[in-house]
Amino acid sequence: MLKLQGIHWNTPEGEEILKGIDLQVPEKKLTVITGPNGGGKTSLAKLIAGIYQPCAGSIVLNGEDITPLDVTQRARRGIAYAFQQPVRFKGLTVRDLLELSAGETLDEARLCGMLSTVGLCAQEYIDRSVDSSLSGGESKRIEIATVLYRRNAQLLVFDEPEAGIDLWSFSKLTEAFERLKAGGDRSIVIISHQERIMEIADCIAVVANGRVRTFGRREDILPELLLGEKQSFCPIGDPRKEVC
Amino acid sequence: MNAITEKLLRLVSDWDGKFKGAFNIREDSGCAGRQSSENIRIEPKADQPGITIRVSGRARQETVYIPACVTRSGVDDLVYNDFIIEDGADVIVVAGCGVHTDGEEEARHNGIHRFFIGKNARVVYREKHIGTGDGAGARRIDPVTDIRLGENAYMEMDTAQIGGVSASVRSTTAHLAAGAKLIIRERLLTDGEQTAKSDFSVTLDGEDSGVDLVSRSVAKGNSVQEYRSVIEGNCRCTGHSECDAILAGNGIVNASPALYAKHIDASLIHEAAIGKIAGEQITKLCTLGLTQEEAEQKIIEGFLK
Repeated sequence: MLKLQGIHWNTPEGEEILKGIDLQVPEKKLTVITGPNGGGKTSLAKLIAGIYQPCAGSIVLNGEDITPLDVTQRARRGIAYAFQQPVRFKGLTVRDLLELSAGETLDEARLCGMLSTVGLCAQEYIDRSVDSSLSGGESKRIEIATVLYRRNAQLLVFDEPEAGIDLWSFSKLTEAFERLKAGGDRSIVIISHQERIMEIADCIAVVANGRVRTFGRREDILPELLLGEKQSFCPIGDPRKEVC
Repeated sequence: MNAITEKLLRLVSDWDGKFKGAFNIREDSGCAGRQSSENIRIEPKADQPGITIRVSGRARQETVYIPACVTRSGVDDLVYNDFIIEDGADVIVVAGCGVHTDGEEEARHNGIHRFFIGKNARVVYREKHIGTGDGAGARRIDPVTDIRLGENAYMEMDTAQIGGVSASVRSTTAHLAAGAKLIIRERLLTDGEQTAKSDFSVTLDGEDSGVDLVSRSVAKGNSVQEYRSVIEGNCRCTGHSECDAILAGNGIVNASPALYAKHIDASLIHEAAIGKIAGEQITKLCTLGLTQEEAEQKIIEGFLK
């Protein structure tokens, strides 16, 4: 499905963030990428979406080298990306964003269904601007909805979907991810620190200090993480091999 | 009326081949059609070009259309329209303007509108301006609006200049009596070498009067915009002015908002923001599959919606 090979990435200031990432994201499975703050997880997600370009290495999607492709081209190849910090727009409404994402005009019933999935009381939100009048949690859930319902999406990447979301909504969100996974027709990558999200993963990758430190099946990785060995992140599998 | 007028009417008003209710269609400084209704009487002025529109206090959500079209180069149209809105009336005024040039000479419409709005009356004023045609002659629209709002009267003014106008100077003044409310929404798009100047001056004279003025504009190409607003609070009142502008290409925006609070209980607020489209906004729409150009266009459309 998605193969990252020898990915290096530096900030524009020259700081080395990713130091040779090798990772094979399994097809139609849910993969959680976790690890300490500042380890390079968000940079990795943005590289997958095409927002950043690697200094070295390659990104291969379904056998095609997509490394030189820009954000639009990757989106049209089926990569959908939910920002950690949702973007706000003066004037564009929730309806506008969801219709752009779905690639078609949506009636109220469908819009309501989409928003309910992410725990929003739908009708109140449809024609609201996606601007600073929305709380952080509200805009986050709308951001997630734009990815959940992206037309022709094959690979869905969510960057810390739990950030800024209350407990009740988080529970709804986890259910949405579980349904998405059960659908079995799309590959999912979630960057997360939440145990509850890791519990529904097929695979877990631990990224720390710019490298994949551990990658494997949830049942192999999660107990180790929960035992408090998060600081060591000993490699127990080869991230380049299919493990799930 | 000629074919260009018909085309312009569709762009600037709700024209679908006819108007329902009262209307006055102005074409190249002449009258191309006029009709009064039971509650809205339209009369030509005797001493100067223009009409007087009298709206009865019995009018309820009635619409009057007063579009003006200039359909050829060399026309310099000047019109004085007065709106006498009786106490308690409830009316919608659609006053679009289209200017078309097909030659070297300039074409211009200068509409001077005065509103005298009675107590407890409610007016929605919609004004859309557009320029069309391939002529090298400039297309100018210079509207002047003067508003007198009586006690507890309400007016909503929605004004849009959506393209093709070479140069415009908009001047809007308003005086509000006690309890009166004025809502102004301006949307402005300029491109190429176009220039646009907006000048708002609102005086809050009556206790608990209030104004909410929001201007959103996009300056593309080498276009230049000037925005000036003055809100003067002479009593216990509220005033809010917001000026947001997006720059694209070599566009220039000069915004000068001013607040004058002349009473201890005058509560006046101003907000202003000018800048290019945020890169992350474009990136977000690109992650949905839009190209950069499509994303920019979508953001501008939403901003001016």
